[in-house]
Amino acid sequence: MLRFIISRLLQAIPVIFIVITATFFLVRAAPGGPFDAEKVVLPEVKRALEAQYKLDLPLYEQYFAYLTDLAQGELGPSFKYPGRSVNEILFSGLPVTAELGFYALLIALIIGVTAGVLASLKPNTRQDYIPMSLAMIGICMPSFLLGPLLVLVFGIYLEWLPISGWGSIPGDKILPSITLGAAYAAYVARLSRAGMLEILSQDYIRTARAKGLPEWQVVSKHALRGGLIPVIAFLGPAFAGLLAGSFVVETIFQIPGLGRFYVQAAFNRDYTMILGTTVFLSTLIVLFNLISDVAAAWLNPRLRSQLSGGGK
Amino acid sequence: MTTLQSSEPADLLENAEMGASLWRDAWQRLRKNKMAVGGGITLLLFIVIALLTPWLAPYSYEAQNLDLGASPPSAAHWLGTDVFGRDVLTQVMYGGRVSLAVGFIATAVALLIGVTWGAIAGYVGGRVDAVMMRIVDILYALPFMIFIVLLMVVFGRNVLLLFLAIGAVEWLTMARIMRSQVQSLRQQEFVEAAISLGLSPAAIIRRHVIPNALGPIIVYTTLTIPSVMLLEAFLSFLGLGIQPPQTSWGLLISYGAETMEEYPWLLIFPGLALTTTLFSLNFLGDGLRDALDVRGSKD
Repeated sequence: MLRFIISRLLQAIPVIFIVITATFFLVRAAPGGPFDAEKVVLPEVKRALEAQYKLDLPLYEQYFAYLTDLAQGELGPSFKYPGRSVNEILFSGLPVTAELGFYALLIALIIGVTAGVLASLKPNTRQDYIPMSLAMIGICMPSFLLGPLLVLVFGIYLEWLPISGWGSIPGDKILPSITLGAAYAAYVARLSRAGMLEILSQDYIRTARAKGLPEWQVVSKHALRGGLIPVIAFLGPAFAGLLAGSFVVETIFQIPGLGRFYVQAAFNRDYTMILGTTVFLSTLIVLFNLISDVAAAWLNPRLRSQLSGGGK
Repeated sequence: MTTLQSSEPADLLENAEMGASLWRDAWQRLRKNKMAVGGGITLLLFIVIALLTPWLAPYSYEAQNLDLGASPPSAAHWLGTDVFGRDVLTQVMYGGRVSLAVGFIATAVALLIGVTWGAIAGYVGGRVDAVMMRIVDILYALPFMIFIVLLMVVFGRNVLLLFLAIGAVEWLTMARIMRSQVQSLRQQEFVEAAISLGLSPAAIIRRHVIPNALGPIIVYTTLTIPSVMLLEAFLSFLGLGIQPPQTSWGLLISYGAETMEEYPWLLIFPGLALTTTLFSLNFLGDGLRDALDVRGSKD
């Protein structure tokens, strides 16, 4: 198991390095500098600015300077907001996005697992069709459509819930969390149904039933553990998806989180901000994938024995 | 070789018959699945409409009527008009052309790269396989959503790049599926038999591997198209995908969301078009999966 974790960690390091390098050169290759918009800037002022942001150095020196800064956890100053560092901006947005993502994931897991397990217990009955049809709606209804529709119905027509903001009016966290979580609830429901169905047809479940265990014990003690492995493995990719989804949801609901900052930085050509956010988000995603892989492997006894048996 | 050749036609015949009955079986099962059939018919209808849009659309794409402005659905404009007095039905039809084109073309790109990559890795095996799949693993771990946003910002928002960027994301899963199919097929007795009978790798791939791997590939392809279309709509919604004067469902939804308070039909109809298409594709894909018994047949 330890070997597995270490090998996955070693795999993650080049990925993060590739992300840093690719992003750095991509952003530097972008047409139009960050100071091109302000036409009134005097040449010497521009030169001074460029010197301050190290843009006057040869590219490779910029790259190594950036790597050195990065190694110290320093993401550099923002181009667009002088006086603010990328670190500051990131850490002001991070708690908001983390909270939003957490609620969305919670909604997804609670609703998704419940629906999926219920459906798997009585396949091809109403108890299966209804939640699965709802799940299909969840998958086919993108967040950028669901969000505005929820706002329209619950915010504007019914006036039950606030239509934008985060943490300023009570209840304003509900719509964004549902908007972000709905699609994942749907995926989780489908995955847990499929996972459970597969496990429920296994021999050891037949054995458990044959020895006279009540059905709820068969499900909770024997089936759930294996049946939910696909869900655990899905959490890694889901995390990446939630982050990307937060771009849209934070834009719709005007939430000051990482996703919104990223989209704004992209439009503003805020080099250091794009670079910093990409590196930061990518590292998070890679780490989360790692954790969910390890957790899925840990839960899968067949895989675990293979791993600790010192296989490949 | 001469002695072995005598067994080949029989082997071929039997195989062809099995293949045919497998597909006939699948077709029978698919036909019974009303949701999948409905999805398929709806999809076909949308494709035909998209192909014939220049002749079917009630108004020309550029036609405006500034005096009319935004009006709710009426006899003259079935789905209403937007703030420039443009016919929403016409907009949705032209947008559908772009959205569907992105869906199909980007999926085709992904299919081509993924299947080739996976088949080679799975069949050759050994060190080649390890290196190829390690590359897939590394790419898989890259946060592509973020990268696509970055690409669209850095290189401007052009449609060709959008196809490539989306195709480049989606081929990874295709490669994994194809590889695992090829790998598990290689260990099957009938392929071992074919190898021991001295069939060339190309013949084995053509006769045994591809027909058997086709099911999962078809299913996954059907399910990739909606996710590609979602990705396009997502980018267009953020203003990073399709750019005016072109339009797509994602872009129409984004405009509609801005004015939904006054003119909800501008949000609802493009949304309905996108959702219906995604529904159809997903139901068809699920139906195909059940019909071809993609999951169950392996155990």
